[in-house]
Amino acid sequence: MTAERVVEARHLVKRFGSFEAVKGIDVAIDRGESFGFLGPNGAGKTSTMRMMSAVSQPTEGTITIFGLDPRTDGPDIRRRLGVVAQEDSLELELSVRLNLEMFGRYFDLPRRVVRERVDELLDFAQLTERADDKVDNLSGGMKRRLTIARGLINQPEILILDEPTTGLDPQARHLLWDRLYRLKREGVTLIITTHYMDEAEQLCDRLVVMDRGTIVAEGAPRTLIERYSTREVVELRFSTDDHEEFHSRLSPFAERVEVLPDRVLLYVNEGDETLMEIHAAGITPSSALVRRSSLEDVFLHLTGRTLTD
Amino acid sequence: MAPTTRSQLSSARWLRSWWYHATFYAQTWRASVVASILFPFMFLASLGVGVGHLVGAHTGLVEGQTYLHFIAPSLLATTTMQLGESESLWPVLASVKWIRTYHAAAATPLEPEDILVGKLAWLATRAFFTAIAYTLIIACFGAIQSWWCLTLPFIGTLITVAFSAPLVAYASAAESDASFATLYRFAFVPMFLFSATFYPVSAYPGALRPVVQLFPLYHGVALVRAAAYGTGSLGPQLAHIAVLVAMAASGVLWGRRTLRRRLTD
Amino acid sequence: MTRLALFGTRRSLRILERNALVYRSQWLMLVSGFFEPLFYLLSIGIGLNHLVGDLHVHGRVVSYATFVAPGMLATSAMNGAMIDTVFNTFFKLKISHTYDALLSTPLEVTDVALGEVWWALARATVYGASFIACMALLGDAGSWWVVLCWPGAILTSLAFSCIGLAACTYVRSWQDFDLVTLVQLPLFLFSATFFPISLYPRWLGAIVSFSPLYQSASLLRGFSLGQFDWMMVIRAGYLVAIALVGLRIASQRFRRILTP
Repeated sequence: MTAERVVEARHLVKRFGSFEAVKGIDVAIDRGESFGFLGPNGAGKTSTMRMMSAVSQPTEGTITIFGLDPRTDGPDIRRRLGVVAQEDSLELELSVRLNLEMFGRYFDLPRRVVRERVDELLDFAQLTERADDKVDNLSGGMKRRLTIARGLINQPEILILDEPTTGLDPQARHLLWDRLYRLKREGVTLIITTHYMDEAEQLCDRLVVMDRGTIVAEGAPRTLIERYSTREVVELRFSTDDHEEFHSRLSPFAERVEVLPDRVLLYVNEGDETLMEIHAAGITPSSALVRRSSLEDVFLHLTGRTLTD
Repeated sequence: MAPTTRSQLSSARWLRSWWYHATFYAQTWRASVVASILFPFMFLASLGVGVGHLVGAHTGLVEGQTYLHFIAPSLLATTTMQLGESESLWPVLASVKWIRTYHAAAATPLEPEDILVGKLAWLATRAFFTAIAYTLIIACFGAIQSWWCLTLPFIGTLITVAFSAPLVAYASAAESDASFATLYRFAFVPMFLFSATFYPVSAYPGALRPVVQLFPLYHGVALVRAAAYGTGSLGPQLAHIAVLVAMAASGVLWGRRTLRRRLTD
Repeated sequence: MTRLALFGTRRSLRILERNALVYRSQWLMLVSGFFEPLFYLLSIGIGLNHLVGDLHVHGRVVSYATFVAPGMLATSAMNGAMIDTVFNTFFKLKISHTYDALLSTPLEVTDVALGEVWWALARATVYGASFIACMALLGDAGSWWVVLCWPGAILTSLAFSCIGLAACTYVRSWQDFDLVTLVQLPLFLFSATFFPISLYPRWLGAIVSFSPLYQSASLLRGFSLGQFDWMMVIRAGYLVAIALVGLRIASQRFRRILTP
């Protein structure tokens, strides 16, 4: 039995005037999946998210959510979605509790139901003690947690999170990951964009890497690493002003060599072995580090190291 | 090179704060200049000429002037008051709380006093030129009848600073803008309406007339009328000036304390 | 409710609920709003009333304060509606991005625009009543028909809140509000609020008659003095037409800004 398709996009295009933000992408997401969109700023992630939230309409192509067309059934789709946008846009003048209650009313939920859920969500976001404080007085991390709790007020089947942890401290990020795991276990479909590769590796079953409006790679995190990188990376530093001179000398030892201003990266399968070969060849780096290849290596390989916006 | 002494520095420092405000205004002046020229024309055409026609038919002269000539000078007083009000509450609270540009300024050699004096000096500059423009417009409507009108730019400046200084002081200590709207509704609007601006003080019953004199704007309006018509004796004018100067001075003293506390805490 | 309604749906009432909730903490400001018309009417009653004397309006002799009061009511309805829609909505639309979060709920863009109009009307209902009470208190009401000024003020607020909503979508920054004032002020000063339109030369009077504030002030004056004629139907129709066009433009512009 195949899983139910909850999002299906074909040849999705979004243009703003003459600028093409999304250039004909195909995406299919199944119920219960945790799906990631990776990419540098300006890759078209947020535009894609807004189309998947049934808020903005595609310029070309089709998208169905729960099998419904956002053009005609926007309100019915959004009733079943939770959205956590990049900006919190909370009601700063209202208390934490009122923010959640008011949002519940937008979904036409009866007041009694809203009140019950608000108590649960306050607990979920660890904000019970701050329930009656004005949102203006909360820290950045608390506001973010409240925004996420707000996105859950209608018990959504899909939760869409656009860079949920940007600007959070490590404690807050881990708390959030923990919360997202819980939702995933409860069967909520998660759609996440992020800059953080560790976050994508932790949270996503499957992900796509976007660059300049197109999808450049797709797969499970481990698969992508295997396909686009080597198993391990050796980082070497030399006591020199110009690491470029080592490029040709080191290239025989690795599948790919990358020279950075302060170090050289060797993409290899067995890091320790390579390191011994290098020492044996009489090359002596001032420091050496062998690590496992990460999604970040894939990301930088696919989208380049230069800033894109 | 001789080391710069402290006093040399401080004498010029407030000018930097003045310059900051001037630079900021240079980005946004167009709409406000258009408004401040069109507004008095429209106002005098409507109330001065239109309502003035009705007043002329029924009452004739008001304190020896046509109604148009009677209300024209008071417009200079109310406008310079409003300049002091509008530029001293929200913009100052924004500078000390919301966008904290005064904190940024205080991180330079500027002292809180320099920021305060620079702000007031800048408003005085704007008031001076606004008052010149208004004097010319009032003259177009024929309400300028004496060479004493040359003092109008200075009177306008005094009115602006008299209102601005205490309000800057108040806004520097404010935690939110909640009280500002109330201040407008219960202080500025009544003052605008009841300071013998649109009709002579003789319209009030005798017992109320001393109460009207409690409004600072009343003194501004009286001063402006005297200068425009060249009427009135010196004694009362000095009293009007003293009231406004006292407001400005106490505002500066208060503002030094509130702004320093705000910026150095 | 799957089909998009032209001017929004029942859900727009949620915006009314939201605004009421947010402004609840600013009740002092709302209450203090009652005093403004009182001050204005009092000032006119003390001063100008005696300077101007009585006026003839369609064969009836009325005091100047009685003549002016309906015009002040119309102006106050206009200003209230414009402040709510132009300033506050601009803030939510472009500064605080309040609407962005709302649009991830079942609410549609048209609901948001319509909801802001409901809110302006709700405020006009309260302020209109208090203004009319002040008129009666100070003896500025021309007849018992003055109670019809209540729906009249709400209609005025409807027209101007729709204009304001459309206008706020064109505002780029706070500086542009000077331009809004530049339109609002001549409307206030020249819409025959302070003196009869007969003072104007005929051609100028014809131009003034296009001012929605003039139509509103005339309508309210007719109600206050209990003088009814068929022109009032046209005046009311004019205000309704402005409201419909304004709201239509506002909805389209909101859609373009919020869901590009």
